[in-house]
Amino acid sequence: MLTPLSWIKEFVDIPASITAQEISDALIRVGFEVEEIIEQGADLTGPLVFAKVLSIEEITEFKKPIRYVGIDCGEGTTRYVICGATNFVVGDMVVAALPGAVLPGDFTITARETYGKTSNGMICSVRELGIGDDHAGIMVLHGGEVEIGANAIEGLQINDVIFDVSINPDRGYALSIRGMAREVAGSLGLTFRDPVEALRNLEFTETGKGVSAKIADPSTASVFYLRTLTNFDPKATTPLWMRRRIEKMGMRSISLVVDVTNYVMLELGQPLHAFDASKIKGGLIVKRAGSAQAFTTLDGQVRQLDTDDLMVCDDEKPLALAGTMGGAFSEISEATTEIALEAVRFDPTLIAKNSRRHKISSEASRRFERSVDPSLAEFATARCVQLLSAHSSATHVATVVAGEPRYAPVVTIDPAKISAILGIEIPPKKIAEVLRVIGCDVDEKEFAVDPPSWRFDLVTVSDFAEEVARMIGYDSIPSILPPRPFHATLTNNQKRRRAIASMLASRGLAEVQTFPFTNQATIDSMGFIGERAATYRIANPMSEEFPLMRVHLVPGLIEVAQRNINRGAKNFAIFEMGSIFRSSKKLPTAISPELSVRPEQKLIEEIFASVPPQGYHVAGVLVGKIENENWQGKARDYNWSDAIAFAEDILDLCNLKWTVARSDFAPWHPGRCAELIIDGKAVAHAGELHPRILEAYGLPARSVAFAVGLSVLPHSQLVRPTQVGTMPAALQDVALIVDSTVSAQSVEAALREGAGALLESITCFDRYDKIGEGKVSLAFTLTFRAPDRTLTGDEVSAMREAATAVATAKCGAVVRTA
Amino acid sequence: MRVEEISVWISDARTAFDGAIDLDALKIVRLAHTGDKSPISLASRALGGMAPEDKASFGKLIGDAKAAIASALAGATAALEAERDRKVLLEEVVDVTLPVQRAHRGGLHPISIIRNEVTDFFIEQGFSVEEGPELESGWLNFDALNMPADHPARTMQDTFFIEPVESGMVLRTHTSPVQIRTMLTQTPPIYIICPGRTFRADELDATHSPVFHQVEGLVVDKGITMAHLKGTLDNFARHMFGPGVTTRLRPSFFPFTEPSAEVDIFFNNRWIEWGGCGMVNPMVLATCGIDTDLYSGFAFGMGLERTLMVRHGITDMHDIVEGDLRFTRQFGVGL
Repeated sequence: MLTPLSWIKEFVDIPASITAQEISDALIRVGFEVEEIIEQGADLTGPLVFAKVLSIEEITEFKKPIRYVGIDCGEGTTRYVICGATNFVVGDMVVAALPGAVLPGDFTITARETYGKTSNGMICSVRELGIGDDHAGIMVLHGGEVEIGANAIEGLQINDVIFDVSINPDRGYALSIRGMAREVAGSLGLTFRDPVEALRNLEFTETGKGVSAKIADPSTASVFYLRTLTNFDPKATTPLWMRRRIEKMGMRSISLVVDVTNYVMLELGQPLHAFDASKIKGGLIVKRAGSAQAFTTLDGQVRQLDTDDLMVCDDEKPLALAGTMGGAFSEISEATTEIALEAVRFDPTLIAKNSRRHKISSEASRRFERSVDPSLAEFATARCVQLLSAHSSATHVATVVAGEPRYAPVVTIDPAKISAILGIEIPPKKIAEVLRVIGCDVDEKEFAVDPPSWRFDLVTVSDFAEEVARMIGYDSIPSILPPRPFHATLTNNQKRRRAIASMLASRGLAEVQTFPFTNQATIDSMGFIGERAATYRIANPMSEEFPLMRVHLVPGLIEVAQRNINRGAKNFAIFEMGSIFRSSKKLPTAISPELSVRPEQKLIEEIFASVPPQGYHVAGVLVGKIENENWQGKARDYNWSDAIAFAEDILDLCNLKWTVARSDFAPWHPGRCAELIIDGKAVAHAGELHPRILEAYGLPARSVAFAVGLSVLPHSQLVRPTQVGTMPAALQDVALIVDSTVSAQSVEAALREGAGALLESITCFDRYDKIGEGKVSLAFTLTFRAPDRTLTGDEVSAMREAATAVATAKCGAVVRTA
Repeated sequence: MRVEEISVWISDARTAFDGAIDLDALKIVRLAHTGDKSPISLASRALGGMAPEDKASFGKLIGDAKAAIASALAGATAALEAERDRKVLLEEVVDVTLPVQRAHRGGLHPISIIRNEVTDFFIEQGFSVEEGPELESGWLNFDALNMPADHPARTMQDTFFIEPVESGMVLRTHTSPVQIRTMLTQTPPIYIICPGRTFRADELDATHSPVFHQVEGLVVDKGITMAHLKGTLDNFARHMFGPGVTTRLRPSFFPFTEPSAEVDIFFNNRWIEWGGCGMVNPMVLATCGIDTDLYSGFAFGMGLERTLMVRHGITDMHDIVEGDLRFTRQFGVGL
């Protein structure tokens, strides 16, 4: 909220020695973030005067309209200036900067020759004066409100400090000068004069019946003040000082009636609405819309009402969207003479709903949503009557009240609990003193605290603890480390993830983190189908380009690879770890158990179960050469086996055992993809990416990728090592001819099975595929070792033959001789 | 055979060995002084024919002489071999400054590095690390944190909603639902941190990203006060930003904490907003079934991107999210 210091000073005597920065620091200390201190007028020096337009000469030979304007600056002679604006007529009052003046932006005014004339100063727009954004034309003042030749810097009250303060949602009362002045006073230890005090005993004469007021359902609003005025002269204008204050707080001046309601809202915090009383049929009633119907708000928009919308209606129809925006039909017009001034204390939640349903965040709804002081409906309407009577011919007809204010209850608190929460000993006397500063009544005997009418957020001892803490200063709380009851470690899964990331990083892969968003075109282009393609849609995505949650990590990595290639990278390897989102089931309708009591276990389980499982994966994409080329010659390209190697390294790092099988799995090449299987379940895929995808994304041919489902990996078992044998090992080489369709792994498995218990290891050291007839030769080294003796040649030969016999039986292998 | 002759043999051998200019020359003179025909060998063979009374004394003399000659030969050989190695190996010299064949420079994403750093710090402090799903129940993300539907605070966080919206599923706006999950499934004392990915519907610009990371901390125990929160944050800030950093708590508002505060750090000569914190609102503890007469708690949360950007002077969020290797590789694995 933009908060002018000049207005605050009306209610707090701030010594001149206190700087704007000190006030800002004090506000920050008590929880009001000052985003900017605007020193209005600091970059403006006079002479700046009010002037009357005496003559206008239109100069037409230029591309844009130019006026040569004669103005009376109270100097006894006419001064002439060039002006590009056309929004004024002879007799208007304007603001003139005379030669020597410096306008914001270090713009010095001099007498100068331009458009063939001598311009002896400048008549200014609001923006040129640095007091607003309006630059549609020059600033034009109402006749008679300023004196010709008077100092405009003073007249427009330009010199001011405006604090841009962000107000937290629990402090609705601070969306007003009254609230901010109280905080300024409290934080600086100064006295605050409540503007409401002057309104308490205002009496207005009843001269007639006035419009009636009603609240249909007391749960929607507690109190409704409606004051009727008559005899209003629609030509009455807003006094300059009032306009300037409204403008300083970021609002626009509209008309006297609207300006007065806005002024009072800014001053006290109670939003008001003024109706043209002549448009009201019967009386006003606060009630739900009841039926879906069209309603035109005063911004001219036709809105479809929801049956639950809270409205202010007359006997016939809705006239205002309660607490949010008035209706066009009954708004104050240039012909209005009868006025009905409404101030209601609406239920905050209902206004929040109004505002959200119609996507209107108005000055009024922002305040109602954050709770308005229920005592203000009376005082704010009184203040409006006071101001309207003073500045126009309007007179009070009648005041009608429906309902009554409901206040926050008295709370009994244990002051010791406040010390216990804050970790600092604060005497009860001090606590009472602080609570009084913020407006509470405190009975120190029982420690019964009656919160002020504007504080609905003071309910529990914690709420009071915060008030005490911010008033004594958060910096007075000591810094102590908590006890340390536990020894903590990472979980096995967390350790695994770290080890895998470190391993991949040390092996040349760079980690990336991509947004987990995707779209249908990407899912389709990757070839994902069925449950691998099913995912969740974001109702309000950042852009319609990426409305879906990712189903796989590889597409994101491909996109990052593409970006790096576009930026000149050639040979690289990247990986990502993260969640993927596959919608295996329909999401159930939300259940929302009551708060502040633990829901039944069954409900808790239901909530947990309603959240779909989100697999955690690691994946990598390897592009180009495995090493950078250098003087030793060309490096080789990454190939499908490198991808499989990384997948295997990951499983190996987790100390797991797996088997490999060929797979036809998107987004990989259907003939060059391996599936790594543990306990019958595919846990990883790796190999060459599908050539169609590589082409589509501009990745080099034969780029490869791997993906491992970390969340489906079993836990590794406690290692129970076999004893290390010290007897010599015996090596036997065998070469076997098999059909090329027989996998190397099945041959190895058969050899392993036949070789017996003394086989220590087996290594495939050669593959020869040039023998034709669809055959290949695979050569293995078998290493045998006995724990207790040196194996004899005969023993070893027998074991080798046993191994090849099984390979022959199971894989049709023929032992290759010489 | 005279005793004097023996010492001459030794000195002749020494002179000859020392005079050899290379190993080949040494081989030739070695034969003359240690071979079968050498005086010492001949004398050694002649011992057999000596009278027993002379055999013992001459035997010792010859033995000593043999050892002295062998030692001289070994010395000369070692010297000449060293000389040869110096020459030959010098010819095999290479330019060891040439670039060697290495794997690509890999590395962890800086967010992972900083997450690990935060995690290690808190593990050491006795906090365990809890995690939860990114697509999360709205009740856990909002309601249970004292933000029922239509609470004004819900609009403070621009939320991504999942279809159908009646499911109440959201992309978690903070890692606080992990705190709720922990409090619903564990009993105090609770000392945890929850690092993780979070989402807010903010446009990607130099300082915002719709996808970012947080680390939150939660302590629920007997006698926990705001002073403990301050102590923990001070310690944490010093760990992340260096021993000279100071912190400041500013009153603020979060529905799930009361009192609430923003925590600022004074770093590089200015105050920088680092995160939010406060004492866990007893409403939240009660919703999780924790006895608020016995237990109190504190919680805090920081953005990891923000922490990274402040500490490393990174000015553009795009570098963090785009995955350009030239950015990521600069961090290595954070050592």
